[in-house]
Amino acid sequence: MSIARRQFLKTAGLGIAAMAATPAHAWESKAPEDPLGCLVDVTRCIGCRKCELACNQVNKLPEPETSFEDMRVLDTKRRPTAGSYTVVNRYYPGQLTERGELVPSFVKIQCMHCQDPACVSACVTGALSKKENGTVHYDVGKCIGCRYCMVACPFEIPAYDFHNPLTPQVRKCTFCLERLEDGKMPGCASICPTEAITFGKRSTLLKLARERIDNDPSRYENHIYGEHEGGGTSWLYVAGTPFAKLGFPRVPLEPLPRRSETIQHALFSYLWSPALLFGGLALTMKMLSGEKSHPDKE
Amino acid sequence: MHHPRPIDRPFWSPGVLVLLAFMLAGGAALMVRFIFGLGYATNLSNTNPWGIWIGMDVASGVALAAGGFTTAALAHIFGRHAYEAVTRPALLTAALGYTFVAFAVFVDIGRSWAIWKPVFFHNYNSALFEVAMCVMIYLSVLWIEMIPILAEKWGTKIKVLGWFNRKLSSFMWIFIVLGVVLSCMHQSSLGTLMVIAPTKVHALWYTPFLPLLFLLSAFSVGYPMVIVETNLATTSLGLSSEMEVLAPLSRFTIITLGLYMALKLWDLLHRGVLSLAFDGTLAANSFLAEVGLGVILPWTLLLFPAVRRSRRRLFFAALLIVGGVLLNRVNVFLVAYTPQTGTIPYFPSIGEILVTAGAVAAIMFLYRTLVTFAPVLSAPKQEEMTR
Repeated sequence: MSIARRQFLKTAGLGIAAMAATPAHAWESKAPEDPLGCLVDVTRCIGCRKCELACNQVNKLPEPETSFEDMRVLDTKRRPTAGSYTVVNRYYPGQLTERGELVPSFVKIQCMHCQDPACVSACVTGALSKKENGTVHYDVGKCIGCRYCMVACPFEIPAYDFHNPLTPQVRKCTFCLERLEDGKMPGCASICPTEAITFGKRSTLLKLARERIDNDPSRYENHIYGEHEGGGTSWLYVAGTPFAKLGFPRVPLEPLPRRSETIQHALFSYLWSPALLFGGLALTMKMLSGEKSHPDKE
Repeated sequence: MHHPRPIDRPFWSPGVLVLLAFMLAGGAALMVRFIFGLGYATNLSNTNPWGIWIGMDVASGVALAAGGFTTAALAHIFGRHAYEAVTRPALLTAALGYTFVAFAVFVDIGRSWAIWKPVFFHNYNSALFEVAMCVMIYLSVLWIEMIPILAEKWGTKIKVLGWFNRKLSSFMWIFIVLGVVLSCMHQSSLGTLMVIAPTKVHALWYTPFLPLLFLLSAFSVGYPMVIVETNLATTSLGLSSEMEVLAPLSRFTIITLGLYMALKLWDLLHRGVLSLAFDGTLAANSFLAEVGLGVILPWTLLLFPAVRRSRRRLFFAALLIVGGVLLNRVNVFLVAYTPQTGTIPYFPSIGEILVTAGAVAAIMFLYRTLVTFAPVLSAPKQEEMTR
C-alpha cells in the first residue's frame, strides 16, 4: 500500500468521522412564543362551506367550477389547490344515529402554520418565513419555484400554479395576514356560522380545547391535533373521532427541521469541515507533488 | 502511452445524427414546457412536485459526474500521475454533466428567470441552498479546470484564453482541491434533501445516514463511471482500450463500494427494516435490484482479478455499479416518495422523457464535438491503428 492510498483512506475516514459526529443538542426551536392561531372544532362543523367562500373572497381567488352552495362536491375528497386555499371534506368515521344512519364529520383543511415549519427550513431563498404573529408567510419576490417546500411539508398542503409558464406561485392559506395586521380575524373564522373556528392566542386556544375535552369527554377524543404534531402548529383541532379516521396525516411529534438542520449545521457551521478538508487535501497535494509515482500494476 | 490530442475521426457518423434527432425532440418538448407551463408538459402534481428532471437529471446527473472529482483527486492530489490519461475525459464528462444539471434545474423550476436569486437570498438551514451554491461554484471550477485543455488547442488563436491559462497555472491547485471539497459537500447534501420528509420516504431508504450514503456512493461510482465512459469512447472511436489504467483503477472501487455496502447493510439491520425488502411491492423489488444487482453483485465480481483484467467483464461490473447508483437516486427521489394524500402514483410524461433523453444526447454530442477538436483523449493517430 502506497503513501497516497493510505492518505486517501485517512482523509476519507476523517470525513466519515466528521459526518457521524452530529450532536443532537445543537438544534434550537425558532418558534414564536405565543402566536395567534385557530381552533377548529370538528364536532361543530356542519359542512356549509362558508369558510371556503370567505377565503375565496378575501384572497381574491378565481371562481370555483361548482358554486359554494353546491354540496355535491363533498362526495369526493378534495385537497387545497392553487385556486382554493381551504377545502372542507366529509367523512363517515363510523358513528351511528339512533335510527342507524351514519353521522358525517366535516373537516376543514388549510395550511397548519407550523411553529417550526418544514417548508420554511427547506426554502432555498427564504421566500417562506415564520412571522412572530404565527403566520407562515410566502414572499413571491424571492421564490424561484423549486417546490422543495411541497416536498418538505408533512401536512402536504402547499399547492402550485402548474399551469402558469412564467410566474407560477406556491399557493397556500395566508392566515389572512393583512386582516390579522388590521386586528381582524381570518376570513374563514369570521364567517363561520357555528363557531367551529375560534381565533385567538395559541396558549388560550390550547386551554379552551383542553376545557372542552375535559367538560365533555364523551363528545371529544382526548387529543388536540396540532398541539404536538410536527413540533406544534398554530392551527389546532379537536374532534369526536380519532384523527386518523378523518383524513389527518400521521406526522411525527418532533419538529421536522430538527434532523436535517442538525446535520447541515454540524457539517457546515462556519464551513469548518470544508475548510479542514481543503487544508488536508492541499497539504497532501504539496507533500506528494515532488514524488514520482507509477501506476499500480497488477 | 500517448499524449492527449484531438481525435482525427470523421465527425458526422450515423450515431451523431441519431443524437441530433433526440436533441431536436427534446427541444420541442422544452418549447411546450416554456409556452404552456409545467402542468402541461409534465405529470407533476401537488402531491408529486418533483419528477425525473430532479430525480434523474439532477440527482443522478450529479452522482454520475463524480468521475471528475475522484480522478482529479487521484491523479493531481494524491500524485498518481499515471491516471492522467483518464482524468481529462473524466473532467470533460463532469463539466458537461454539471452544465446539464444546471440546465435541468433551469427547466424544472417554475420561475426559471429567477434562478440567480439564491446568490442573494440565503437560507443556511436549507440543504437545497447548500446544493445549489456548491453546484453553481463547482460548475465554474470545472470549466476553469478545462481551460488548460481548451488553451492547448485554441490558446494561440483566442488571446484571452491563452492569457487566462498562463495566469491560472500557478493557482490551478486551488481549483483542483476546491473541486474535490465542493463535490464532497454537495454530494452529501443531496442526500440530506430527503431527511426533512420522514413521512413521505419509504423506510427502506429513509435514514439520517442518507448524506453519508450519498457521499460514499458518489466515491464508489466515480471510477466505474470512468471505466464505462472510456469503454464507450474507445469502442465507438476505435481507440486503444486503456486497460492498463482502468484495471488498477477498479481496485479502489472494491474499497469504496465495500464501505458503502457495509454502511448500507448495517443501517438497514440497525433500523430493523430489511424484512420490508421482501414484501413484493414495487418499492421492495426496486430496492432488491438496486442493492443486489447494483452493489453486492458487482462488488463480488470485482474481487476476482480475472474480472478486473478482462475488458468486457470489467465493463459489465462497472455498468452494474453505475446502474445501481442511478437506480438508488431514482429510488430515493421517486420510487420511495409516497405522500399520504397521493392518489395517483407519479410516472413521467412523454415530454419529461423527451427532455431528459435530449439532454443526455446533447451531453454525448458535445463530448463527441470536444474530443474531436480538443486534446482530451489520449489517442494514437488513425494511420497508427492496425484495423
